Amino acid sequence: MLYLKPVRKTEIIMGMPITIEIIDMINDNIFEKIFEYFKDVDKRFSTYKRSSEVSKYNKGLINIGDLSKDMKEILKLSQQTKEETGGYFDIKKKNGKIDPSGIVKGWSIRNAALKILKAGYTNFFIEAGGDIESHGNPKGIPYFKVGIRNPFDINAIVKVIKLKNMGIATSGTYIRGQHIYNPLNYTKANEIASISVIGPDIYEADRFATAAFAMGLKGINFIEDLDGFEAYMINNKGIATLTSGFERYVIHA
Amino acid sequence: MRKFIIGIAVAGIFVVYSIGIRHQRPVIAKPASLAKGSGSASPAGSATSSASSGSNTGSSTSTNGSQTNAATTTNSHYKDGTFTGSVADAYYGQVQVAVTINGGKVTNVKFLQYPNTHSTSVYINQQAMPYLKQEAIQSQNSNVQIISGATFTSQAFIQSLSNALSKASA
Repeated sequence: MLYLKPVRKTEIIMGMPITIEIIDMINDNIFEKIFEYFKDVDKRFSTYKRSSEVSKYNKGLINIGDLSKDMKEILKLSQQTKEETGGYFDIKKKNGKIDPSGIVKGWSIRNAALKILKAGYTNFFIEAGGDIESHGNPKGIPYFKVGIRNPFDINAIVKVIKLKNMGIATSGTYIRGQHIYNPLNYTKANEIASISVIGPDIYEADRFATAAFAMGLKGINFIEDLDGFEAYMINNKGIATLTSGFERYVIHA
Repeated sequence: MRKFIIGIAVAGIFVVYSIGIRHQRPVIAKPASLAKGSGSASPAGSATSSASSGSNTGSSTSTNGSQTNAATTTNSHYKDGTFTGSVADAYYGQVQVAVTINGGKVTNVKFLQYPNTHSTSVYINQQAMPYLKQEAIQSQNSNVQIISGATFTSQAFIQSLSNALSKASA
């Protein structure tokens, strides 16, 4: 396909809308390739698909030694993240089974972005379920303008930030509701409504946003102490707390 | 990097401050033992109430630590040399410094231990960080290219929906 103008396409994969926008002139089937990649990830890592590798692993049908390279990597990254977050990020569920979707999402978006870069495109973004990785910029401005959604009003944004060659992930409570638990004591993380984390890429931003959300109000301190990360946390009363370097990403209205 | 520098600066100021407290202790000790909060007895007449309460806590907590120093140093000068501080728990990790004194003055403060943000042992500061800015959120109308928010639809949502639909069609 040949497109001369920026093209934006959305598909529902992994249970969420995934949007890719490429600013550069497109002369191949990059969209199809990337959506195909996400479908493949879903096939292999969905806990809702009986035939997925994760489901087979949870049923004890696969020996550790026979796991795919990607699955081994996901397990390794999950363990690493668990250690780096003091146990607040854990793919192990109450019932002892694993749900690696919290790692797989950011990891697959980052991989998809790398594939697009490898195909020669330099100005684009991928957004999957509210998590974003952007490279380069749209025409006319030197960064992508990203809104942070109001967790109390899905039709409103509360902040506009500039994003370039970075990732932003938001963990929150609305609609998806009770999906994030504090694995340390299995209580719901409900002190905060949402926390948006900006990081060097979407994998890094997403995993730490998930962990910071599980930490509740002190999650913002965790991000404050991480080099290269900034965050905007909104508590359940609508008060936001900013990490000390967050302002430099803010576009003031 | 900026956070690290600020951290070093704050710790450095604290070290200098605590040395200052030790240095003053023999003078402050007398009025402090006579009357609690009698700021007028302080030789530093301009001391505010918060400063004098700081001195009080400083003198009481530093008593043990400064005992040996008091015996070997004069009131006006520090002893030259390099002195290693005790390991202190800073909530999120251990801090230990070494201070170098030259000509009675602090010439260097070196960190022997400090919390490393990149270590695998994570620290989660239970204390609020009072310097972080807060604001009430406000909806705004701006044109943006993308929106970051918690995931709207999810597999759980779809699963639940499918389940409901299957019941609905049963």
